[in-house]
Amino acid sequence: MSTETPPADLQREGSDSTTEKVLARDKKRYGDALFNGISVSSALMIFVILAAVATFLTSQAIPAVTREPDHTGLQGVEAAGGFWQWVLPLAFGTVWSAVLAMAMAVPISIGIALYLSHYAPRRVARTFGYIIDLLAAIPSVVFGLWGVMVLAPALDPFYRWLNDNLSWIYFFNAWVPYGDGGDLRPNLAAGGQNMLTAALVLALMVVPIITALAREVFLQTPRLHEEASLALGATRWEMIRQTVLPFGTPGVISASMLGLGRALGETMAVAMILPGKVLISFKLITFDNPNTIAAYIAQNFPEAEGMGNHQLIAAGLVLFIITLAVNMVARAIINSRREFSGAN
Amino acid sequence: MAKRIEINDLDIYYGKFQAVRGVSMTIEPRAVTAFIGSSGCGKSTVLRSLNRMHEVIPGAYVDGEVLLDGVNLYGPNVDPVRVRRQIGMVFQRPNPFPTMSIKENVLAGVRLNNARMSKSDMDDLAEKSLRGANLWEEVKDRLDRPGSGLSGGQQQRLCIARAIAVSPDVILMDEPCSALDPISTLAIEDLIKQLKEEYTVVIVTHNMQQAARVSDTTAFFNLKAQGQPGELIEVGPTEKIFHNPDQKATEDYITGRFG
Repeated sequence: MSTETPPADLQREGSDSTTEKVLARDKKRYGDALFNGISVSSALMIFVILAAVATFLTSQAIPAVTREPDHTGLQGVEAAGGFWQWVLPLAFGTVWSAVLAMAMAVPISIGIALYLSHYAPRRVARTFGYIIDLLAAIPSVVFGLWGVMVLAPALDPFYRWLNDNLSWIYFFNAWVPYGDGGDLRPNLAAGGQNMLTAALVLALMVVPIITALAREVFLQTPRLHEEASLALGATRWEMIRQTVLPFGTPGVISASMLGLGRALGETMAVAMILPGKVLISFKLITFDNPNTIAAYIAQNFPEAEGMGNHQLIAAGLVLFIITLAVNMVARAIINSRREFSGAN
Repeated sequence: MAKRIEINDLDIYYGKFQAVRGVSMTIEPRAVTAFIGSSGCGKSTVLRSLNRMHEVIPGAYVDGEVLLDGVNLYGPNVDPVRVRRQIGMVFQRPNPFPTMSIKENVLAGVRLNNARMSKSDMDDLAEKSLRGANLWEEVKDRLDRPGSGLSGGQQQRLCIARAIAVSPDVILMDEPCSALDPISTLAIEDLIKQLKEEYTVVIVTHNMQQAARVSDTTAFFNLKAQGQPGELIEVGPTEKIFHNPDQKATEDYITGRFG
């Protein structure tokens, strides 16, 4: 009859203390603390680096704008008649070459990405994907060499033909007045080394970036939406227009911005292909081409000293601002369509 | 508009794998036909073969005939795209196009058919379709809002509105309520009963009460054994299938005794 059960109050106390033990906070979770520290400091690092770059560029650039030019300044700035008159054409050349490259690269990339994601048999798509990745791995200096030695000479006859037959299109007009009699002579770039060739090579360099990202985005189109479209009687192309492209638009914009970032900042290929000058011109095949900021810096940095350095860095700051602005615009575009993105 | 479907000795394959064997049945117009059976028995595959949607999966093909008012949907001159314009489909999970507004969703199919329509005709069609899907009153003030902002049940009715906007002959529904709560399910079931006045409706469902509530004819599918193709065991008036089936397998399934 008399079993060894402890009194009720003791029993409750006992069970309570067990629960307390089970629920008790661990002394220290070192793993958590460590991981937390790593991720927070990595995030902060981005700000620190960005701030450091911005500070460096700004502090080094200020003298170029505020101080009177001295004998150590760049010849180009003097020839242009001032810092802004010099940097503006370079900024133009940077944006113009990048815009041309994107105009060629984006449609081609979307086409390739759609082929890989929705048309090609799986085996073909995989092989093709590797080739695209391989293209992305080619160093820009190799692209530059190839552009100068192979592509530009190969296109030269084509440029002559353009100038002879399509010069009524402003971009392809390389005729300049010659002598007093109102005669014209062709002012074509030597060996095809013109803006169009540079833009073509830039386009080739960004195509793999945009293609690879766009393909990933297109592949993520929910099957449910594709089937909804097909079940309404859409052909494959109609289905792509109705579901894949709208779904992929923000991703394609992001991918294009990455590509544009590369095109804006690309140095070696442009520096090698384009004998650029400080001027503003929309013409594509003439001898007189605008240079880009990155290429100009690379070409002139070795000889620069004193004020010249400040001027180059100031140009670098302008490039930094252009790239930043492009990224912010892209983000704004993506955000403005957020409600219809299917993310809700 | 509603048309009769006749299935004659239909085999369905995914590559080398035979998913369905020897299905023959008639689906009556202006009636609801329910496909029931355990998972993997091929009922969804048969449903999708009725508008050739199963062909979305590479390597899928059929042997046999599906006749829509006497025309074989698998005839050599038949374009699957055209088939799907005549035979609409509603899916398991609501799938309005996320990048389109409510109104654009309803009109998505009409836009595809390249019909040049005036804006007022479009508006009328959108209203008519949304009314047909019992959704008009709930969305009439926000037709330009994204369709993905609606509740699950509303989204599914939006999908039904989208399907009926193109005036199909047949509407296929693949477990249309399986992702919905009971109230929304009830709304869809009421809608199905209305739809059969104008359309041929075929519905796949796992919910036997639902089959009993909405359908006029019930078809029971089952596998002979695991790994075997699915087969049509029995088809008949819903009343009979649920109360006095001919086959033992049907009775076992209906009463909850499997195997």
